[in-house]
Amino acid sequence: MLKLTWRNTLRHPLRSGLTIAGMALAVLAFCLLRTLVAAWYSGVAASSPVRLVTRNAISLVYSLPLAYQSKIAAVSGIINLAYGNWFGGIYIDEKNFFPTFALSLAKYLEIYPEFIIPPDQKIELLKDRRGCAAGRQLAGRYGWRLGDSIVMKGNIYPGEYRFILRAIYRGRDPTTDENRFFFHWDYLNETMKKNFPARADQVGWFLSQVATPELAAPVAGKIDALFKNSLAETLTETEAAFNLGFVAMTESLLLAIKVVSWLVIGVILILLANTMAMSARERTGEYAILRTMGYRPWHLAELILGESLVLAAMGGLMGVALTFPMVHFFKTRLGKYFRVFPLTNTTLALGLIIALAVGVLAAILPAWRASRVGVAQALRRLG
Amino acid sequence: MPIPLSYSYRNLLARRLTTLLTAGGMGLVVFVFAAALMLTEGLRQTLVATGSFDNAIVLRAGSETEVQSVLDRTQAGIISSQPEVAQGPDGPLVASEAIVLINLPKRSTGSPTNVMIRGVQPASFLLRREVKLAQGRWFRPGSNELVAGNLVARRFAGAGLGETLRFAMRTWRLVGIMDAGNTGFSSEIWGDVEQLLQAFRRSGFSDVIMRLKNPAAFPELQVRLEADPRLPVQVRREVEFYEAQSKRLADFIKVLGMVLTSIFGLGAVLGAMVTMYAQVGARIGEIGTLRALGFPRRDILLAFLVEAALLGLAGWAIGLIPASLLNFYTLSTLNWSSFAEITFRFRLTPGIILQSLAFGVGMGLLGGLLPSLKAARLPLLEALRAQ
Repeated sequence: MLKLTWRNTLRHPLRSGLTIAGMALAVLAFCLLRTLVAAWYSGVAASSPVRLVTRNAISLVYSLPLAYQSKIAAVSGIINLAYGNWFGGIYIDEKNFFPTFALSLAKYLEIYPEFIIPPDQKIELLKDRRGCAAGRQLAGRYGWRLGDSIVMKGNIYPGEYRFILRAIYRGRDPTTDENRFFFHWDYLNETMKKNFPARADQVGWFLSQVATPELAAPVAGKIDALFKNSLAETLTETEAAFNLGFVAMTESLLLAIKVVSWLVIGVILILLANTMAMSARERTGEYAILRTMGYRPWHLAELILGESLVLAAMGGLMGVALTFPMVHFFKTRLGKYFRVFPLTNTTLALGLIIALAVGVLAAILPAWRASRVGVAQALRRLG
Repeated sequence: MPIPLSYSYRNLLARRLTTLLTAGGMGLVVFVFAAALMLTEGLRQTLVATGSFDNAIVLRAGSETEVQSVLDRTQAGIISSQPEVAQGPDGPLVASEAIVLINLPKRSTGSPTNVMIRGVQPASFLLRREVKLAQGRWFRPGSNELVAGNLVARRFAGAGLGETLRFAMRTWRLVGIMDAGNTGFSSEIWGDVEQLLQAFRRSGFSDVIMRLKNPAAFPELQVRLEADPRLPVQVRREVEFYEAQSKRLADFIKVLGMVLTSIFGLGAVLGAMVTMYAQVGARIGEIGTLRALGFPRRDILLAFLVEAALLGLAGWAIGLIPASLLNFYTLSTLNWSSFAEITFRFRLTPGIILQSLAFGVGMGLLGGLLPSLKAARLPLLEALRAQ
C-alpha cells in the first residue's frame, strides 16, 4: 500500500512538484501573517506585571507636571519611579523612523533589566549629559558606533539636538525591542527651559515599579486618587494594558490581516483538492481494477488520503523552511513599522498542522467519489 | 482559420469541478489584491477629500500634524491679516483653530482610542464646504457645547446627541451631529475654540486655515509667510497637507498587500499550471487530431492560452464580486500620522477594476504559458498515436 501511494505521488512529478510549491507558498504566507499579528502584540508580550504606566487621563498627547514625581513616589508599594517623554525626532529624513524617548535614564534602566548595557558603557552614558543609547538593531541599521555624533531634529520639541552615542544595548528576551533610541530627559528639559519655558518640567508618563504584581491594581488606584479633580488627572494602568491600548486602536487592521491569513488556507485547500480530484479522476480505471482484485473501497480512500497527505506534508515543510529567510526580509523592509518580528515555534507548528489538515480535507471528496464508483461502469470506461 | 473560441471555453465547461476550483483559488487572490488596493484608495480619498484646493493651512515649521503645531495669538493675528484671504459674508474666511486629542471608549468594545476635538471659529464652517448639520443644532459660542461628526457619534460612548463628555475638569454637552460626508471631519468633534483653549489651559492655537481669493496666489503667500522672521511657520495647500497625512498608513497597507498578493499570486499561478498541464495531458489525442486537420502549432498555442486567460477571467469575476461588496464596509483605525482615529470606506475605482482584471488574466496566462507551449510542441505522430 505504502509503495503504491508513493509511486502514485511520483507519477506526475511536475504536477506534484507544482502542487507542493503552491502549498509551500501558502504555508509561508500563513506563517508570515501569524508572525505579523504577533509582532503587533509584541509590546504587550514584552511587558512586565510589576510595571505601571501613569499618563494624563485625557490622552497620551498631554503631559503631566514633573512635580507629581514626589507625590507618586510616596505611594506605598512603589519601589522605583522613573519618567519619560516621547521625543519623536527626525534623523536626517522623515523616512528614517525609529522610536525616540527622553528618559530619566538612571532609574529607567533599573526598572528595565531587559535592556542590557555593558557596565563601562553604562557609566559613560550616565556621565554624559548629551549621551544617548541605541538598540543593537538600530545601531546596525545606520552603522552607528560608540562615540558617534547623532543629530536629530525635534518635531514635537522644536530645535536641533546633538547626541553622542555612549551605549548600545541588546535585548534580554527575543521580544525586547532592539530598535529604540533614548537619551537624558534633562537634556530635553534644559532645551525646553531655554526656548519654551512654558513647556519645561513636563513629563509624558511616569513609570513605577511595584514590589509584587498583586500590588499593581491597588497602587494604580491610589495614584489616580491623588490627582482626582486636578488640572491633570492621571490614568494608571499596567504596562500590558497600556500597550494593549495601542493595539486596540488599530484592531481593525489586525482583523483584516487575520481574515487574510484564513483566506490563504482556502487557497491551498482549493489547490490541493484540485490536484487530488484530477489525479483520482484519471485513475478511475485503475481503481476499478484494484477493486476487482479484492481491494475494499476504504483501501482506495486510504490510497488517495495517503497521497494527499504526502503532498501536504512536503508542501508544509517547505513552506516552514522558506519562512525563515522571508521573516528576515520583512524585518529589514518593514523595520520602521515593526521593531520585532517574533517567529515562534507555535506558528511553525500551526503552519504544519494546517497543511496536514488541508491534506485530509482535500482528499475527502475524491476519496468518496473513488470508493463509490461502480466497478463495472469504471471498467467499461477503461475499455 | 484559427481554432474557434468556443473550443477553449467548452473545454473549461467540460471539466466543471476543476475549472471552478482553479478559478476559485485565483478568485481568492484577486479578492485580497483588490481589497488591499481598495483600502489604500479609500484612505487616500478620505484624506484628500478632507482638504480643499483653495484652502491654505499654516502650521508651525517642523510639525507634521495639526496636533504638534502651536501658534501664539500674535502669530495667528499676523497670518490672518494677509491680503490673499478671501472675504465671506461676515468677514474674512480665516479661522484659527486648536486641536486636542481625547481618549474615548468605543461603544462596541469599550476599548479607548484617540478622538480629535477641533476648536473652531465661526469662519471654520464656511471654510469646510462638506460640513453640514445633520441633527440638533450648532454649539453656542462661549458655552460648553460640542457637535460630533456622525461617525464619532455612532462609534463612541458619550458622543451621541444629548449625551455628555467629561474632560479637562468640565462637562461638555453634545448638542448636534454634523455630517461631513466622506471626509476626516466626520471623525472629529467640534467646539468653541476659546472654550477649549481655556479648559486645557492653553494660550496658543494649533494652526490657521484660510480660503484664498485666488488659488493661484498660493506660492506668493507661502514664500512671504515662510520668509517672515516673526513667523516660524510652514504654509501648505490643505489638500497636500491631508494627502501627506495618509501616506504612512497607506504605504504600510500597500506594501503589506502587495507582498502578500505576490506570494498568493504565485500559489494561484502554480494552481493554474497544474490544471492546464492536466488539460493538455488529457487531450493529447485531440491536439493530434487538430494538427492533422491542418491547424498550425501557433493556433494550438493560442487556443490553450485563451483557455488559460478565460480561467483567469473567471477568477477575476469570482474575486471581484465579493470585493465590490466591501465597498459598503467602513473601517476605522488609528492614523499613525495624526495619532487620531480615522474612519474610511473601501473604495472601488475603475482603475482598481482594471488592475485586478490585468492581475487575474495575467495569473491565468502565466500559469497557462508553459502547458500551452508543451501542447504546441507535441510531435504530430506521437500525439495521434496517443489516441
